[in-house]
Amino acid sequence: MLLILEQVLNGLQLGVMLFLLAAGLTLVLGIMNLVNLAHGSLYMVGAFIAASAAQWTGSFLLGLLIALPAAALVGIAVEVIALRNLYERDHLDQVLATFGLILFFNEAVAMIWGPRALFIDPPSWLSGAVEILPGVPYPAFRLAILGIGLAVAGFLYWLVARTRLGMTIRAGASNREMAGALGIDIKRLYTLVFGLGAMLAALAGVMAGPIYAVEAGMGEQILIPAFVVVVIGGIGSIRGALAGAVLVGIADTLGRAFLPGIIGAFLGPAAASGAGAALASMAIYILMAAVLIWRPRGLFPAHG
Amino acid sequence: MKSRILTLAALGAFLAAPALAAEPVKIGMITTLSGGGSALGIAIRDGFKLALDQGGGKLGGHAVELIVEDDGRKPERAVELAKRMLDRDKADILTGIVWSNLAIAVVPKVTRAGAFYISPNAGPSLLAGKGCDANYFNVAWQNDNLHEAVGQYVNDKGFKKVYIMAPNYPAGKDALKGFKRFYTGTVAGEVYTKLGQKDYAAEIAALRGAKPDAVFFFLPGGMGISFLKQYDQAGLTGDIPVFGPAFSFDQTILGAVGDAALGVINSSQWNKDIDNAANKAFVADFQKAHGRLPSLYASQGYDAARLIGSALAATGGKAGDKDAFRAALKAAKFDSVRGAFRFGNNNHPIQDIYVRQVVKEGDVLTNKIVATAFKDHQDAYAADCKM
Repeated sequence: MLLILEQVLNGLQLGVMLFLLAAGLTLVLGIMNLVNLAHGSLYMVGAFIAASAAQWTGSFLLGLLIALPAAALVGIAVEVIALRNLYERDHLDQVLATFGLILFFNEAVAMIWGPRALFIDPPSWLSGAVEILPGVPYPAFRLAILGIGLAVAGFLYWLVARTRLGMTIRAGASNREMAGALGIDIKRLYTLVFGLGAMLAALAGVMAGPIYAVEAGMGEQILIPAFVVVVIGGIGSIRGALAGAVLVGIADTLGRAFLPGIIGAFLGPAAASGAGAALASMAIYILMAAVLIWRPRGLFPAHG
Repeated sequence: MKSRILTLAALGAFLAAPALAAEPVKIGMITTLSGGGSALGIAIRDGFKLALDQGGGKLGGHAVELIVEDDGRKPERAVELAKRMLDRDKADILTGIVWSNLAIAVVPKVTRAGAFYISPNAGPSLLAGKGCDANYFNVAWQNDNLHEAVGQYVNDKGFKKVYIMAPNYPAGKDALKGFKRFYTGTVAGEVYTKLGQKDYAAEIAALRGAKPDAVFFFLPGGMGISFLKQYDQAGLTGDIPVFGPAFSFDQTILGAVGDAALGVINSSQWNKDIDNAANKAFVADFQKAHGRLPSLYASQGYDAARLIGSALAATGGKAGDKDAFRAALKAAKFDSVRGAFRFGNNNHPIQDIYVRQVVKEGDVLTNKIVATAFKDHQDAYAADCKM
């Protein structure tokens, strides 16, 4: 029972991590109608800058504070230089161009930081484990990720639903021309949204640094589940991204934790390591298919 | 008239012979240079190139042309590259692949085309036993070997309840099979994770629940970095000791894992402190060229190049003379950086395997040999190979 609780917590935490990445992705996709495969590259850039800055200053928090604006600047530069010309093009062109950006960023990171993975330590007060339930020590840093993710979700909800900027974002999303005619500078708005998305991706990257390997190409592996989250949640919806991320995180974790055992109980240990492991890695895609059959536009479609 | 033709023919043959000899031998290297796991492929390439640079662009005194391509850890891409190198570039020798699933897809195509494949890393059981081939040589190890050594060590140290873990791909299956071949205690849990997986929270929670007295894991590249960090953060480092093959404690990743790896026992066929002239030259030259310590993978790339060099020297640079070249490869007349080295009947190494421990030299984490696990160890599949 305790184990199930712990695994649900693990799932929540993975979900929150995915949410940080998916939030920026869904904003850019929903509002700017841009399929940005290079979102994972911004996640990687955030992690690398944070790792270097943390090494240089000796403080994880300073690394975080340096990485966020730096990654936002990188994002804005990418938007202004490369992506601005793609908004009017169809999705295939966007996919090709942003795939090119992935290659560019991977190569650039390897050139600047070398081929080896970087080291980044969590701050010492978050490096241990906390006993959340009797006999279940849980890594403090993962709890911090959970807290930060939920705080970001709250902040984004406030930003989009309650502020003037959020209002213009929503206006730009539902009718671009009309919003422009009413005097909103759409160009600047898009740059801002993209910068915000880049910063969220970098935040995910920095938080991932101490638990995952900081290496070139780290962005692609997590990008696919992040897209699954966006599709499940409904494109353009922050609320959907949070719900989708938590669902994906829990489905993936519980699948990995219990599916091989369940299959093994019915079909024997050979099936547990074969079919069980295979099925566990498919769990999130099965979930996505099921959600799409039930609600073809995702859980919380943003408009219409 | 007749004599003139003869003279011309003789002249032609005379001119052609040195031209043929000067034709560089083409070596195609397919390896992982981008994306996850690229550090491994880059190390293999750098090791291979070091041998080439030491010979002034030649191997065994003969000119070679090295074509390097990136497979991005994707089997279909590797197959495509192999096809191109064989058909268009007419490569004589292919090498470089890091991952077993890619090797299984590529190697049979290469040997069927009559070319040679020298593996600097992947050694899947499939290609060591029934699927062995006269034109396929593995200069590193058969996949099971390093895991067998850990199994033996863990057994000798009296661990009775070990939790074992590997990614769900051919080398992962070979790893756990190899471990269990020499470990006789009970298995507290046997888990296959997704290749390239980053988050191990679920596995670590399940592992703690199983209360093992030790953990054996094979997670090469970034997977191992992620696992070790998360294992440490879960507060398990002091409680349940971990053991693994060299791949998770290699020079390419120790820096990223940090002190969480300190003191861990792992197995390897090579280490930078093995005392022989070839190894000393390799370690010193690699450090000079790249400003970092060489990794296990670099040592394997280096040996692959030197094996090819030895065969080129023995055959006068004629990789086209298949039988002679094959025999020269099999003889393996080169000074391996790991010391004694020879091929078994299935063209896989018979070699010593060591037990290493992660130590700190100044600020740098590295490995030190503490024991010898096996002397002249051969893989378990050799008997299945009809060679």
